[in-house]
Amino acid sequence: MKKQNNTKKKKNVKPKDSNREFYRIMYLFSGLFLLLCGYLCYFLIFESREVINNPYNLRQETFERKIVRGEILSSDGEILAETLITDNGEEARFYPYKEMFAHVVGYSQNGKTGLEQKYNFELLTSDIPFYEKLYREFMDIKNPGNQLVTTLSVKLQQAAYEALGEHRGAVVVLEPSTGKILAMVSKPDFDPNTIVTDWERLINSDSADGILLNRATQGLYPPGSTFKILTALEYMREYPSAPENFSYECNGIFSYNNAEINCYHGKSHGNLDFIGAFEKSCNGAFAYMGSDISISDFYDLCESFLFNTELPFPLAYKKSSFLLTEESEDWELVQTAIGQGKTTISPLHNALITATIANGGILMQPYLVSEIQTAYGQQVKQYLPSVYKRLISPEEAAALTKLMTSCVTEGTGYALLSDSYTAAGKTGTAEWDEKKESHSWFVGFAPAENPQIAVSIIMEEAGTGSDYAAPAAKKIFDVFFSDKKK
Amino acid sequence: MQNIVMECAQYIIIFLITCYTWQSFAYFGKKSEVQKRKIAARQNFCILGVHFLGYVSGYLATGKEELILLYGAQTVYFICVIFLFPTAYPDCSRMLISHMCMLLNIGFIILTRLSYPLAVKQFLIVCGGSVLASVVPWIMKKFRELRKFAWIYGIIGILLLLTVYLTADTTNGAKLFLDFKYISFQPSEFVKLIYVFFIAAMFEKSSSFMQVIKTSLMAAVHVLLLVASKDLGGALIYALVYLMMVYAATKKNLYLFGGLLCASAASYTAWRLFDHIQVRVTAWLNPWTVIDTKGYQIAQSLFAIGTGGFLGVGLYEGSPGQIPIVEQDFIFSAIAEELGGISAICVILICLGCLLLFFNIAIESRNTFYRYLAYGLAVTYGIQVFLTIGGAMKLIPSTGVTLPLVSYGGSSVLSTLCMFAVIEGVKTFEKAE
Ligand SMILES: [Zn+2]
Repeated sequence: MKKQNNTKKKKNVKPKDSNREFYRIMYLFSGLFLLLCGYLCYFLIFESREVINNPYNLRQETFERKIVRGEILSSDGEILAETLITDNGEEARFYPYKEMFAHVVGYSQNGKTGLEQKYNFELLTSDIPFYEKLYREFMDIKNPGNQLVTTLSVKLQQAAYEALGEHRGAVVVLEPSTGKILAMVSKPDFDPNTIVTDWERLINSDSADGILLNRATQGLYPPGSTFKILTALEYMREYPSAPENFSYECNGIFSYNNAEINCYHGKSHGNLDFIGAFEKSCNGAFAYMGSDISISDFYDLCESFLFNTELPFPLAYKKSSFLLTEESEDWELVQTAIGQGKTTISPLHNALITATIANGGILMQPYLVSEIQTAYGQQVKQYLPSVYKRLISPEEAAALTKLMTSCVTEGTGYALLSDSYTAAGKTGTAEWDEKKESHSWFVGFAPAENPQIAVSIIMEEAGTGSDYAAPAAKKIFDVFFSDKKK
Repeated sequence: MQNIVMECAQYIIIFLITCYTWQSFAYFGKKSEVQKRKIAARQNFCILGVHFLGYVSGYLATGKEELILLYGAQTVYFICVIFLFPTAYPDCSRMLISHMCMLLNIGFIILTRLSYPLAVKQFLIVCGGSVLASVVPWIMKKFRELRKFAWIYGIIGILLLLTVYLTADTTNGAKLFLDFKYISFQPSEFVKLIYVFFIAAMFEKSSSFMQVIKTSLMAAVHVLLLVASKDLGGALIYALVYLMMVYAATKKNLYLFGGLLCASAASYTAWRLFDHIQVRVTAWLNPWTVIDTKGYQIAQSLFAIGTGGFLGVGLYEGSPGQIPIVEQDFIFSAIAEELGGISAICVILICLGCLLLFFNIAIESRNTFYRYLAYGLAVTYGIQVFLTIGGAMKLIPSTGVTLPLVSYGGSSVLSTLCMFAVIEGVKTFEKAE
């Protein structure tokens, strides 16, 4: 160092202009170049994983040449998807549970869907120890890709799969306090093991409309009476004394200007208070409430509940829509209040609304993958529960929980009565075509006092919510709680 | 077997490039001539080693026998440059020669990988250019009055740019090339050098207010002609070079900051006026929403860099061909993908090494004209490298500038070789005094 200083001093003696400006600009450029290096490191360490996991990145062939696609596991470690290597060295993706997880896990040939698509590059990245990778590369053996540990439970998925039976439809089961998706079923289904050979049939046959569609997230249905949860909430906001003072005399038909609403099968419910109207799912009472609330406030409430907006969800889904405006006609207003009209919702979205109520008004970010591990099970990345947003106040959540609990104990949700837990929920019977059976809905959670599980079920063309979807929910809850007891 | 060789080659290349870079910075601390020679010898070994391994990988991956021929020819070229140039000019900076060879070397390997015909064409131009460049220091020594032709430089520059504006064809929205049937020629690359000569010569005379005004007017004509030809990356470089040279000559912060303010205002106006700038800014701000169209190129570049990671996927193993114009504006992404992030960082550091040598030579020179000349070329080089690499990794909007000595492009590589030769000329001139 000293030497350098000396030489510098000597130089300064020379008669020439000062070099201060030269040095400044030199330092400026050195700084800029180091910034380039720093930014490149930052990008490679923190951003590149996210960036390269993009369907437009066609480089996966590069990865596939060097890496065996990783496994997808259930929360309890069961294999949901793995790559087997046949005797002649060819790779084949194998899904042990066949149709059961078809939509949520997805497939990886003929395009990609579900988790196979979303986490494509994670599955094709290998984080096994460096020296081992090096060894394998020299030996020309492929590296094993990272594995996904999902939040899905095989038991609940199976229960949900069986509960749907032969019906088309979908089930979403999640844990309200964390946002973990525990099960997600869509029917009709397909076997991802034979996706290549079945491909023509799956995409061409008329009867199979939308076999590949994940109805749980991409199916849009009229919400039917499950929507009365939101109507009730808006009514309580505008008339805080409603739970005590509301009364309505049901004679089976409600007329509003030139619109008419019938109760189910024209049944008259007689004199109803607020809870009674909800328990019995009286269309007249809710149409009456709808005619008495501010449309713009109602619209705002629905938007705050994520209608017409993006959902916080990693896989492909469709946006729900709520289209009521001040200009809407009277029939649309009263129809919308009871969950018919032009409103559409996906089973996933309905599950998120239910989970929000169960979680005291806070919507947790729903997620499907809890951990990414190396092929040897070492953690690479962990996904922890995170709050998405508070949607309603704790008091409002408690009031809705009360309504939904008595819907099970006193009303249309009677199918969920059980000795081992108290369930809360709301049935729905969504009419969509006069000549066909209605869609059967149920949304709910249990135990009401300390919710651990929430479900949203739709069974297409099955009939009423109380007769089909509610018993299906009971089956899922029973499996969940009997498993807990053990 | 082939696999093992290619894997080894991949890691040894990274190792050699890293060693090379390390040596080039260790050099700054060394004073004794013996130590410097040792470093130079090690560096030459690294250059030839990387070159050899790059072509071994290429031969194994493609099986093309013409690669052996190209390899042989390039090896002869490197040996000639490394040994003949210092023999002809004993006072030259050997380190700068090494850096030049290393950057050319990486460029050759990547270009051969991307497209063999382009690599051959580039190599021929480099050979011709090197012969041309090798007489530059001699000319500078022989003709001492180069500093007296300020106005001639200025007028030649403007005339050349004017010719481009009036006659050139439009590529990628900008008029850049003059087409002479067999070869197309990009004058703005050469005018860049003449322009620095012009400014250096002007300020050598005086840095009075009147002189600044005169020089500014001439510089403004250059910049406006480039803007009119829609070569906005070029215009930006010219404007910034001018500002930094005014700053060095006048030593007034006011000129620099005032100028930067004007440049920002001008950039903003340009952004409002020109579609193809808006395209680049949109693509920079959020390429993912416009990935089908405007953001495609930058997204592909990021995929390449990200996929490569620190160690790279290995030569011939990636798909850099996915990036449009990869061999010019986005060659850096191809390097990062196949040779790895570590190598890419070394490339940045080697460029920094060149830049520091440029500045050192400028600082050590006692001839005012050459001081400004070397300084101006350093600034030109620095801006160009920063714009290309920053653009490829989305730190700044991409400006369509090439990476000197590495990217494909005859005019670009020729003018950069001349630039290096001029710097060597300044250095040898200094020693001779
Ligand atoms: Zn009724």
